[in-house]
Amino acid sequence: MDLSLTAVELGKKIKNKEISVVEAVTAYLDSMDAKEKDINAFITIDREGALKRAEKVQKLIDEGTLTGPLAGVPVAIKDNMCVDGMLTTCSSKILGNFKPTYTATAVEKLEAAGAIIVGKTNMDEFAMGSTTETSYYGATKNPWDLSRVPGGSSGGSAAAVSAEEVPYALGSDTGGSIRQPAGFCGVTGIKPTYGRVSRYGLIAYGSSLDQIGPLAKDVTDCATVLEVICGKDDKDSTSVEELGADFTSALVDDVKGMKIGIPKDYFGEGLDPEVKEAVMTAAKTLEAKGAILEEFDLSLVEYAIPAYYIIASAEASSNLERFDGVKYGYRTEQFRDLHNMYKKTRSEGFGAEVKRRIMLGSFVLSSGYYDAYYMKALRTKAMIKKAFDRAFEKYDVILGPVAPTTALKLGESLNDPIKMYLGDIYTVSVNLAGIPGISLPCGYDSKGLPIGLQLLGKHFDEKSIIRAAFSFEQTRPYKRPEYAVERGQKHA
Amino acid sequence: MQITDETIDYVGILAKLELSDEEKEQAKKDMSSMLEYVGKLNELDTEGVEPMSHTFSVHNVFREDVVTNGDDRENMLKNAPEQKDGAYKVPKTFN
Repeated sequence: MDLSLTAVELGKKIKNKEISVVEAVTAYLDSMDAKEKDINAFITIDREGALKRAEKVQKLIDEGTLTGPLAGVPVAIKDNMCVDGMLTTCSSKILGNFKPTYTATAVEKLEAAGAIIVGKTNMDEFAMGSTTETSYYGATKNPWDLSRVPGGSSGGSAAAVSAEEVPYALGSDTGGSIRQPAGFCGVTGIKPTYGRVSRYGLIAYGSSLDQIGPLAKDVTDCATVLEVICGKDDKDSTSVEELGADFTSALVDDVKGMKIGIPKDYFGEGLDPEVKEAVMTAAKTLEAKGAILEEFDLSLVEYAIPAYYIIASAEASSNLERFDGVKYGYRTEQFRDLHNMYKKTRSEGFGAEVKRRIMLGSFVLSSGYYDAYYMKALRTKAMIKKAFDRAFEKYDVILGPVAPTTALKLGESLNDPIKMYLGDIYTVSVNLAGIPGISLPCGYDSKGLPIGLQLLGKHFDEKSIIRAAFSFEQTRPYKRPEYAVERGQKHA
Repeated sequence: MQITDETIDYVGILAKLELSDEEKEQAKKDMSSMLEYVGKLNELDTEGVEPMSHTFSVHNVFREDVVTNGDDRENMLKNAPEQKDGAYKVPKTFN
């Protein structure tokens, strides 16, 4: 079977009986077997469960019960989304044996559409990181260069799609965790508007920033998946009614008259010249297709990361209180009393980066510092949101890079947290403002590493960024990493 | 901002984390540099700006209080580090 098929292409072949669901699932499971030693994109692979389900789904397709575009297509789920009965670790020791008793709404919706879950993907521990190196289960490698990181925190999902271990995957994005790994691995990912996709069953990091979204080979797949997983959910009171959720109708190759704003502050100091050039070339390509480009000052860009780290850490310190060794997960072996049990369990169960953020979060929320740090950050957030509102009065879409560089070497940023945080400069403000963003490949640097293009839209206007991204995508074919091509051949 | 031993101990209590002496030293360093970095926000005049937690107006969401999920006690307890008589077992909290 051709592993380079997109999810929608594979769905079509399954529908036309050119490929059976079992064949497709087997091909991807074998692909994982061949590549996981190098890539380590997965924490859990459920061969048996997936094959069993494949037979069941095939029946439902044959009967005509399942007719959607994703019926029978395998998918991988980031390991911070609960799947009933399937190990869900958040890449942490503290959840090393946790098997949820329910399934996240977004995953449930995929299952209802006939998706086959083949496994759970590696990530930074509790989604805290931009490299997937903080995982308790070892780092994931970038299929474009195995000595480099895949980005993070959804690095396992991005690498799995890029290495063709799975046609598409779900990730989550709190400060860039879908878009940046998509950029580093040369795939496409959407961070939807806050509230677009239910967070029920997503193990919370920064609840006011977290969103679930797709990672896939192209814009069509992402739009198709988003259409399935979005919608209001009674179990997440921050999810909202569907507004303009017919995303696949925006898969149109036409940007004539579309107003695209280019924030000058996204192209300043710290941006790799090769990334800059590729992104500007992409902008020119859209201009040649009829879009109207204009440079502008977004402002406040340098304040987004500090505000983000205060807010995300504060929320994390509260969200992660629940991991105390009582109801699920790891419990320390020796302890004096209840309180000592909590402390030892958490100290042994959490990794360094998670502890760092819990401590920072506890500090900024503590009395005496709450106003100076936490409230200040929420005020900054309001100003950043306003800056985007002003920009979107003039532009349909904002265009810029996803990250200042291409994929870094493994270990390069691990010992310098602030350096790692700075890599999120173009992505975090999107979460603070709650707007949607898409990341897709727009070129390659001289080392042959993919460069990501980021397009941002107004609240609930995913359709404009999907249309712009789709139009751009038509100008360049999808490029597979040599690794996937070679390993795919060897295996076939 | 300099982080003292007292501050780190206090944060350790809030965060329910027990740090070794070595970890404490590292945490002091990390937190000082993080706070110095996020202190950049002080350059920004936020006078009169309302703190924003949600980016679009949210309202209370009401629904009927009806139980829709079944009794899942047995399954949920399977995840418990220790259980007894259908309940979570924890160390003795008082004498």
